[in-house]
Amino acid sequence: MPNPPTPHDDVVHSEPFLRSLMRRQLSLSIACAVTFLVVLLGLPLLNYFATDFMATRVAGFTLTWLVIGVLFFPFIWIISWVFIKRSIALEEEEVKSVKR
Amino acid sequence: MITPFAFLNGVDPWIFAFSFVTVAVTIGMGLWSARSSKTASDFFVAGRSVSVGWNASAISGEYLSAASFMGIAGMVMSSGYDALWYPVCYACGYLFLLLFIAGPLRRFGAYTIPDFAEGRYDSPVFRKIAVVFVLFIGFFYTMPQMKAAGTTLAYIFPGMPYWGGVVLVGAVITLNVALGGMKGITLVQAVQYWVKLFAISAPVFVLMAVFGFYNGQLGANAAPTEAAPVTQNVERKPLVQKAPKDSYWLAPFGPLTTKAVNAAAATIKDDTARKAYLEEHQRPYSLLYTYSLIMALVCGTAGLPHILVRFYTNPDGAAAKRTTMWVMILIGVFYVFPPIFGVIGRNLMPDLYSGIGAKGTDKVVLELPTLLTAKFGVLGSILSGITCAGAFAAFMSTFSGLLVSMTGALAHDVYGRMIKPTATAGERMRMFKWCAILVGGIAVILGCFVEPLEIAFMVGQAFAIAAASYFPLLFMSVWWRGMTMKGAAAGMLTGGLGSLVAAALTNVATLSLDPGPMGKVFASFKPMNVFWAAHPLLRILCEQPAIWAVPLSIGLMVVVSKLTADQVPGNIRMKMLVLHAPEKLGLKQEYIQEHSAGAGH
Repeated sequence: MPNPPTPHDDVVHSEPFLRSLMRRQLSLSIACAVTFLVVLLGLPLLNYFATDFMATRVAGFTLTWLVIGVLFFPFIWIISWVFIKRSIALEEEEVKSVKR
Repeated sequence: MITPFAFLNGVDPWIFAFSFVTVAVTIGMGLWSARSSKTASDFFVAGRSVSVGWNASAISGEYLSAASFMGIAGMVMSSGYDALWYPVCYACGYLFLLLFIAGPLRRFGAYTIPDFAEGRYDSPVFRKIAVVFVLFIGFFYTMPQMKAAGTTLAYIFPGMPYWGGVVLVGAVITLNVALGGMKGITLVQAVQYWVKLFAISAPVFVLMAVFGFYNGQLGANAAPTEAAPVTQNVERKPLVQKAPKDSYWLAPFGPLTTKAVNAAAATIKDDTARKAYLEEHQRPYSLLYTYSLIMALVCGTAGLPHILVRFYTNPDGAAAKRTTMWVMILIGVFYVFPPIFGVIGRNLMPDLYSGIGAKGTDKVVLELPTLLTAKFGVLGSILSGITCAGAFAAFMSTFSGLLVSMTGALAHDVYGRMIKPTATAGERMRMFKWCAILVGGIAVILGCFVEPLEIAFMVGQAFAIAAASYFPLLFMSVWWRGMTMKGAAAGMLTGGLGSLVAAALTNVATLSLDPGPMGKVFASFKPMNVFWAAHPLLRILCEQPAIWAVPLSIGLMVVVSKLTADQVPGNIRMKMLVLHAPEKLGLKQEYIQEHSAGAGH
């Protein structure tokens, strides 16, 4: 058997660093995912329970058609923009905290 | 009289010219860039040096398949509101990929999903399983592309049979991939995104300017609560008998999601009993169908093999994220347009409802611009030529991308690692070409069978299979360190194969009902329809398997991993660090050094 890899004892290789790293990244991703999943999964429920309201006409469209046919796309852009900005900031913070 | 060129009768020269130029330019670019890609690494992941703008256009170009270009419009026309979930969820799926998978995968740095599967679990066996799924999902996803090819060629050459188009297009693209590899594809894909965007938007604007805008066209259809349409000034042709009624088409829970219940209700003879049955089951089952469809499309994107491989062509993780942002914008803009074709098509070209197979609603994008011919003469033909060019760009780019992924899996994994690990670079390159021809051939044969199925529908099923196999694998492997190889394999195989079989079972039943030639080929499956009519809920769960297959897959992964907890890879902390720590810390290099020193390969 070849020798096992040498153990590391600096901050980067420590258990607390990995834990905080994964927790912070995952909580950012989950926060963003929940925002869009609530809207995406809520729409069929609204169609189901608030049928008449969702069929309201808005400039020719029904409300529900306008939401998923047009408005949903800018909504996704906003979420992805926020996520990318935050996650790049998060990475820089992590690099800084290690190099200090 | 039959002449060798009989299929050219009735061809519109404009439409032919635009399509021909698109194909010629695509092939020309492929050949041109083939000269600059010589090494095996160039062939597989384009040398890994593609700028954000190019890469975002290329990913979008590859992602916007025939389902997006032709299928969504066709399905909005045939099924109305429910079909809108397709474009929305295609875009949402990308967001999901960005949030959970794109960054870590890129940091881990492997050529393909099988590379990731092997690297994460140190298991060559698991790699083989992952390769098999690249092929499964790939073939399922090539079928709708082939249907689009057959439909488009049957439209351009009215005399050509459906299978003729499939064979012709399949042969041309296969040759192109065999000669060009992926470097060519990156350039071609990026250009093709812009071709597609222009081809879908320009005709829409002209059509809307002449016949009335999106909102007006939609307003001409009366909602269930309305006695008369809200817009009266939009001209409409009378609907044919096979078309769904306005209120049913415009509102949620329409023809697409209620098909199974309607088939079940049709077997009930008594009128009041049937009405009561529909009242009780139609909407709840339809809601279930909707959720399963959403789940398949959102999770499935993350599992598409030909899309993921593109993240490795970014220079670093931050660039991969920026690329995804641009992809979201590029595909989001695109997806507003196809439904407009469907809406205008319903109002002005309802004859398509009675067409079957390649002559049905799936060709609305191609044919709709010819409405302008009556008023503006040649403009209609030119615009129709442009949408045909876009359709060519759509199925050519997606099919090429799939072909590269699948061929890569065969040549790089099956041949280069399993059959002949000692193969020289030259032998591998030659094998890549033969594998391309093999994969292309199988795709063409499969494509010939699926004429009666809707393009968007088939893509949805391919997504469901990806959602139940690759998505759980990637998601869990990235975020849970307790995963073992056995857990991953058990979940992926059960979920993926389960949904594959379920989807196939409903498809053969549908195919057996086709009035065309496929009805005869699949005639022996006809009795299955009686079973499906008796069990509508089961039919929905098989037609859209994601809602049970994804939780099943993830559940199995957790349970089996817990049972085999002692087999978690020993250096899991280091692996997790590589997946999650910023690339600036340089952990990847360290990992590679340790890994080669420790494992001794």
